[in-house]
Amino acid sequence: MITFTVNGEERRVDVDPDTPLLWVIRDELQLTGTKFGCGAALCGACTVHLDGEPTRACVIPIEAVEGLSVTTIEAIDGKAANAIRAAWEELQVPQCGYCQSGQIMSAASLLDGNPKPTDDDIVDFMDGNVCRCASYVRIRKAIHRAAELMEA
Amino acid sequence: MLHTLQNPLNDELQTMQPSRRAFLKATAATGAGLVVGFAFAQSGVTPAHAAKTADDLFNPFVKIMPDNTVTVIVKHLDKGQGTATGLATLVADELDASVEQVRVEFAPSDPEVYKNLLFGVQGTGGSTAIANSFMQYREAGAAARAMLVDAAAEDWAVPAAEITVANGLVSHASGKSAPFGDLVAAARGRTAPESVTLKSPEDWVYIGKSFPRVDVPEKSRGAAGMFGMDVQSEDMVVAVLARPPKFGAAPKSFDASQAKKVRGVIDVVSIPQGVAVIAQSTWPAIKARDLLTVEWDDTDAESRSTEEIFAEHRRLAGEPGLVAHAHGDAAAGLEKAAKVVEAVFEFPFLAHAPMEPLDVTIRFDGDSATVWTGSQLQTMDHNVAAAILGLPMDKVEIVTLWAGGSFGRRAIYNAHYVAEAATLAKAWGKSQPIKIVWTREDDIKGGYYRPLAVHKVRAGIGEDGSILGWHHRAAGKSIMIGTPFEQFAVKDGVDHVSVEGLEDATYAIDGFQVEVHNTNTQVPVLWWRSVGHTHTAYAVETMIDKLAREAGRDPVEYRQMLLKDDPRKLGVLNLVAENADWGKPLEDGRYRGVAVHKSFNSYVAQIAEISMADGQVKVEKVWCAVDCGVPVNPDNIVAQMEGGIGFGLGAILRNEVTLTGGEVDQGNFDTYEPLRMTDMPDVEVSIVPSTEAPTGAGEPGTPPIGPAVANAIFAATGEHPTILPFSKRGLI
Repeated sequence: MITFTVNGEERRVDVDPDTPLLWVIRDELQLTGTKFGCGAALCGACTVHLDGEPTRACVIPIEAVEGLSVTTIEAIDGKAANAIRAAWEELQVPQCGYCQSGQIMSAASLLDGNPKPTDDDIVDFMDGNVCRCASYVRIRKAIHRAAELMEA
Repeated sequence: MLHTLQNPLNDELQTMQPSRRAFLKATAATGAGLVVGFAFAQSGVTPAHAAKTADDLFNPFVKIMPDNTVTVIVKHLDKGQGTATGLATLVADELDASVEQVRVEFAPSDPEVYKNLLFGVQGTGGSTAIANSFMQYREAGAAARAMLVDAAAEDWAVPAAEITVANGLVSHASGKSAPFGDLVAAARGRTAPESVTLKSPEDWVYIGKSFPRVDVPEKSRGAAGMFGMDVQSEDMVVAVLARPPKFGAAPKSFDASQAKKVRGVIDVVSIPQGVAVIAQSTWPAIKARDLLTVEWDDTDAESRSTEEIFAEHRRLAGEPGLVAHAHGDAAAGLEKAAKVVEAVFEFPFLAHAPMEPLDVTIRFDGDSATVWTGSQLQTMDHNVAAAILGLPMDKVEIVTLWAGGSFGRRAIYNAHYVAEAATLAKAWGKSQPIKIVWTREDDIKGGYYRPLAVHKVRAGIGEDGSILGWHHRAAGKSIMIGTPFEQFAVKDGVDHVSVEGLEDATYAIDGFQVEVHNTNTQVPVLWWRSVGHTHTAYAVETMIDKLAREAGRDPVEYRQMLLKDDPRKLGVLNLVAENADWGKPLEDGRYRGVAVHKSFNSYVAQIAEISMADGQVKVEKVWCAVDCGVPVNPDNIVAQMEGGIGFGLGAILRNEVTLTGGEVDQGNFDTYEPLRMTDMPDVEVSIVPSTEAPTGAGEPGTPPIGPAVANAIFAATGEHPTILPFSKRGLI
């Protein structure tokens, strides 16, 4: 039995200790906003915040999460996250949308730590998040827009 | 007047007319809502779902409920290309609905009511979603509007002609007004008009202007539960399969003793497609699948390496093939040409690799079945599932879900992944829903690639630069031969999809001959965003630049000279050249290339600006001009151009699927590396204003980017990469 916090709520799960956090979130807790894209930390679709840090849930075994706090797209909140969501809507960022939960989790982390990122800052931080629809132009613009919204 | 567009529709669209003119019919909705649509006069077929869902869905393109919501029933798959919004835009405009009240819902599978009017079956592809729906969905919206107006006229005892509708409100000068929802009860059961008057383009409120994407709010909040991968239910199990490493192989025997030890594993079932681990959830299924030992029967399998397959293609490209197109005398033209250029191009297999790997959930209880998936060819998925399960069509329900990308991967002529699910459900014999999950490796190794192709080209020009002869031979596996779509594209053995965008090139060429070889391999091939154009545009557009150089002409000016008879292609070329300020002096280390191509009846020109330092290419900026007829949702067209450019660019830069001894070498995003943000150029898109019938936007952005970048490399180095991807040449 492994105990950890998800979206502010303590959860106990009875799964093999090597089960990746991603599959616990999706299958055991039925929080399907966090997506499966590669299973190897290569695409970022599964990004969650683990004790506040953006983390690829597909390669973190649940035993490593014991006692830690996980935030998923369903519960992410705060100034940066809200600005990101508003900017995503304003600039109509998503196409298929499958990667966007991971993009938003990463982008919110970026703005939390760096409220005025340059283009290079954005590329550096976001390069691990793949979008096969190539919505990158809009992601970049929307992060700048979210930074503006946060300032306002 | 039914047709508000002044310009003649193109040939393909003309063929829609019998359906389009089908009677608008009374909508005897029996439920609380008002439902409007068409009854197809010829078919006389009752929708399969009508009997069981008549309460809320009868004749379904538009559903209006007393709560004032307008639901547009979307017959196509939306896999990110924005079709759901496009169809909603068409209905909302003619209905004069407000943005806020519009919802969308995917249609059930019904090959009559919901067929793609250009396919004859229900399905999405070939960038046809808006093209085939443009009149149909507008008429549905207009019919619903007319019924609401009639209801209000009767209720208020005023002439219908005096009633106006705007932004979801029906009004009369007397001061009376009502939202749609209040009129539903009175409108329900009225006779729909026999014909409707559509708005003139100047009266459009959303078409050509703006209608926000219906899916963006949810997709900006994680889209939980939206995709096939997200399907969950109490008693659902998850299956992951070991599939043969070689295409055309089948399981011979297996040892599941280790796999069965994994906690959560329920069963291991062998079917012709592979060996399935069925587990309580996804992770045990993946883990146990990887612990299976399977012996495969490789008797009929492809065991060659891609290098051997390429060698065969190269050999064939040197031999006469089937003539796909000929005009003038190519050989004579080449004979008398002042200058001749030659090139051999090699294009690799490409995987679609959508962000959402394939998945499908199926429930089969012996008497009926339900399939949940991002179904792109519903009719195929439906037919195949019913046939395998031995059920009549009306006992099989296809539930179409939003798809996390496709790029062609989910439009499968043989419904292979649904067939696999149905086979497994039948073999397992339990009535619990089974979700089949493909891992990323399963997806990339799973075949159905853009065909590998080799082109051999010779083209010659006269002293004035005019093209006297062009001989072009393409060798590749046909996508269409042997599929239900064969009749659309294959004539006398020639699959015209293999040479689309080449055989119909509109450059002025005196003698032109295009030949094809249909090659054989067990590797299954499929349409990949823009299909044949993915390679033909590259070959044609880089050849044109070579000829321009031989002729001593500027690449844009040379194209303008050769495209005199193709005004729309010329239109996008001129626009992009103007926007990019083509010809202006560039910064040191910057180079530009241009390409223009027509695909799926849309015209796209692109100019790519690259930087080259230490022999490494980086694409800095792309200008794009597109003419796709009436731009129904301009911002979405811009998004599709941006995305189409990125998708094509990633492939050209570094993607290839290779085989060693018949087994795929790549597996995940480390070996099949997708375009990342760092590779993505700035993109500036302009849309040509047009009153032509709308054509596609999903695919046409992809073909020009490869040759535009290659032509920029040619400008920088004097050489084109002819063996793709560019990474093979150390250019990135």
